[in-house]
Amino acid sequence: MKLKVQLACAAITLFMGAPLYLITLAALSSRRSLNEFPLSLLPTSLSGETMSTFLQSTGILGGLLNSLTIGLSTVALSLLIGLPAGYAMARYAFKGRDPYQLALLLTRALPIVVLSVPLARIFLDTGLYDTTYGVTLLHTALALPTTILITSAIFLGVSREQEEAAMIFGASPLAAFARVVVPQALPGIAASAMFTFVLSWNEVLGASILTLNRRTLPAQVLATLADSPLAFRFAGGLALVVPALIFIAVARRYLLNMWGTTLR
Amino acid sequence: MRQTRPALLLIAPSIIFMAALFLWPLIAGVTQAFHGPDGPTTQYVRRMADDPYFWEALRNTALLIVVLIPLQFALAIVMALLMRERPRFAGLHFYIWVVPLAISDLAAGLVWLSIFTDRGYLNSVLDGLGIPTYSWLSFEHPQTMFLAVVVAELWRATSLVFVIVIAGLQGVPRDYDEAASVFGATYWQRVRHVILPQLRPSLQVALILRTILALEAFAVAQALTGRNFPLLVGETYQWYYQLQNPNVATAIALVVLALSIVAAVGYLRLMRP
Amino acid sequence: MTDIRLNRRALLSLGAGVAAAPLLGACGGVSTSGADGGKGSVTLMSNQFSPVEEKQRFEKILQQRITAEKVAFNQVETGVFASTLQTQVDAGKVQVSAVGALHGDLAQHAERLIDLDDVLAGLGDRGFAKELTDLAKLGGTTTKYIPWMQASYVLAVNKKALQWLPSGADVQKLTYDQLLAWATAGAKANGGKPIFGIPAGVKGLYHRFFQGFLLPSFTGGQITTFRSAEAVTAWEYMVQLWAQTARGSTNYDNLQDPLQRGEVLIGFDHVARLVGAPADKPDDWIMVPAPSGPKGLGYMLVLAGIGIPKGAPETDKAKDVLKALTTPEVQLDVLRQNAFFPVTNAPIPTDLPGAVALAAAAIKAQREAPNAILSLPPVGLGARDGEVGQIFKNCFKEICLDGKPVRQVLDAQATELNKILDELKIPCWQPDPAGANCRAA
Repeated sequence: MKLKVQLACAAITLFMGAPLYLITLAALSSRRSLNEFPLSLLPTSLSGETMSTFLQSTGILGGLLNSLTIGLSTVALSLLIGLPAGYAMARYAFKGRDPYQLALLLTRALPIVVLSVPLARIFLDTGLYDTTYGVTLLHTALALPTTILITSAIFLGVSREQEEAAMIFGASPLAAFARVVVPQALPGIAASAMFTFVLSWNEVLGASILTLNRRTLPAQVLATLADSPLAFRFAGGLALVVPALIFIAVARRYLLNMWGTTLR
Repeated sequence: MRQTRPALLLIAPSIIFMAALFLWPLIAGVTQAFHGPDGPTTQYVRRMADDPYFWEALRNTALLIVVLIPLQFALAIVMALLMRERPRFAGLHFYIWVVPLAISDLAAGLVWLSIFTDRGYLNSVLDGLGIPTYSWLSFEHPQTMFLAVVVAELWRATSLVFVIVIAGLQGVPRDYDEAASVFGATYWQRVRHVILPQLRPSLQVALILRTILALEAFAVAQALTGRNFPLLVGETYQWYYQLQNPNVATAIALVVLALSIVAAVGYLRLMRP
Repeated sequence: MTDIRLNRRALLSLGAGVAAAPLLGACGGVSTSGADGGKGSVTLMSNQFSPVEEKQRFEKILQQRITAEKVAFNQVETGVFASTLQTQVDAGKVQVSAVGALHGDLAQHAERLIDLDDVLAGLGDRGFAKELTDLAKLGGTTTKYIPWMQASYVLAVNKKALQWLPSGADVQKLTYDQLLAWATAGAKANGGKPIFGIPAGVKGLYHRFFQGFLLPSFTGGQITTFRSAEAVTAWEYMVQLWAQTARGSTNYDNLQDPLQRGEVLIGFDHVARLVGAPADKPDDWIMVPAPSGPKGLGYMLVLAGIGIPKGAPETDKAKDVLKALTTPEVQLDVLRQNAFFPVTNAPIPTDLPGAVALAAAAIKAQREAPNAILSLPPVGLGARDGEVGQIFKNCFKEICLDGKPVRQVLDAQATELNKILDELKIPCWQPDPAGANCRAA
């Protein structure tokens, strides 16, 4: 059994990891070696040329800052709005629960382009156009359904008794929520934060419709990459992944946090 | 319904937020599909239905979802159960399994294109082994084209299901499981009767989200197959941008919306405890 | 319980990190376009020069050649270009000072652009060709944009392919039959793998091959002759050519990548999407004019222009930028670096870099061929431009990919085409005779 588990894990890691290896390899290969056939699977002709050209584009640093700001603000805002709602969905069988859930999903079911264009008009009128705030609002709206649904599924598993016990010992409902419920729901919160950040990080279309001179990093570079030679597309693809990888590495610790307490 | 009041208070911020941001765009969008320069019209809907790509896109979208989602859930559940066995290098495995989540669909399309394209990595490997190469993505080979899209989507989006399932699994106490095993239940019996039932809320959420997101996905398929394997949302973008006709684009978007509602309602009904 | 406490500390630090983020963005974001679009600078939004190196090179040209104004070059995708221009002008809050795009991209926004007759009048010494300034009226009576740069489509040929050129054929004066024979011989010699490619990917410009090259060469027209007997011959020819064309073509958005990889050896595409192929080793390549058909050598002109949106900030400075962009220095810099050709009478220098020199020679030969038939990009289609292009793409899909009978497809697509044209009621453009309402006969 143990051996089978190890083998299965290794097989899945190979499937998940091989494309990651290839994108790294291609991004760091010289332009010429990408045109050869057969392609080499080993790093035989490494070159940082395409990567450095790519990193010298105008607005890379500004775009990075904007993207980070928007990503983290989106995580904060969507948790602030989404956690109470997720909790309500888990704890109360209220009237209109299903329609509410459906309405939430509607926003994800419409292509972003259909939503962004009228939104750009509103933002132009209200001065939110071409600001990080505007993009944060759009991304929060896109992330809310995942945040609310995932956290509600997790809150279902948090025991009601402990929360009530805390309140009997004098904790306010808010304190009981923060000290008893949230720590136990941390994996779900981490998972939804992960989705939110990654969603915001990779969302290009809405961000490019809602901004002009203050673009996010992907909006700034993905458009130029689409028509660039293959080597640049790999370099850009890799460079864009790195920050999201760091965020996942951090969030992962919270996601797996509960293994320690459930495994005795 | 004594409990409705506190619940409403808790969900009020999200309702206000979504209404403020999306009600108007939604209405503007919907009217666009049925409203021409001379008042209400069905010409855009008819235009959509007359387009040779529309029905193909509808069929492909349905086919992709029906094939992809069960595969994806099977894989994600297996991955989560493997993690639960706490294998060696669990941390490393876990990280690599989650990483595709961070990769934008544009980059994912790029990687898989470099694998499946005629002079790509897959054919390079075949060539190295002395096996004749194959045009995986040619429009003349719809089966391998479809297979490539399924593999790429399986790679890209299984992480999402996996993470939700893992988060849900944290709440499943080991005690039940151990108790069942003491009474002689086999591993599969325990999975079937102890673990999966407790994962139901997480699985339900993952299923709804994943289906809706799968209806939205098109960048990978487009990177791999161009317009040889059209999907509904890809057609929306095509009409919006290439053909500059937002009305027809919105009409297609509403079809996607309707499909999403049907799927979500269906799941909610089916999985009600 | 220790675990829970640990969680809380971790939670707090996570919360602190998350809460700090909005502070970073307190000013609404950081500029990414070089100039903040603030007072005094001119934001030029364009869907041209999207490849990252081309963009960097054009930004450098702007910096070096236009010193009087600060220009922020804002490169966007075509879709974002259209929706940004549309929403900003319709909302009356315009933030871009000038917009640069292809003729077809600007055509749909004619009503959103100011008249530029005064600017054009001040540029008499530039020597714009009359057909270009006529196009710039976008079907109206006033100038809506200033011509910026032009290009066309040619064939790029890897010299390796010349060995299979049919005897008696002059590669500089190919006919469509010779091209087919050549592609057939090449594929045969290459182990059954075709050596000819067209850009038939999602973003590829293959419809221009039918619209501006194949059909005019076979039928002498583009729209009026859409379902003529000659058009049937043309499409039947296309079926044969497609049989000898690389299957990967339906994934090619441009031809320079597959050419450089050696996947194909002969490729038809927009020059700007071909020059990357010979860039490293120009001696291994030639570029030649498109082939000729029974009616002549049909070729299409590509024209990009810059307009000024209604209500744009810094209009006067934007006009100065337009003037600066048409000076011979800037026009030739753009040619040297990015392979787009002058719209003015600036003399083409002889010391062009290898790949651009190849392209320049092919374009010149194409334009000056005695049997040349000039096709203009559609005039007056406005927002329907894309849909008309799609009709040619649909013909290709149904005839070549799905193998449907040519006559039946052309009749069905002609009905669609006429539906659009009957709504618009516009006169035909070259090479079709400029009569009253343009439609497929």
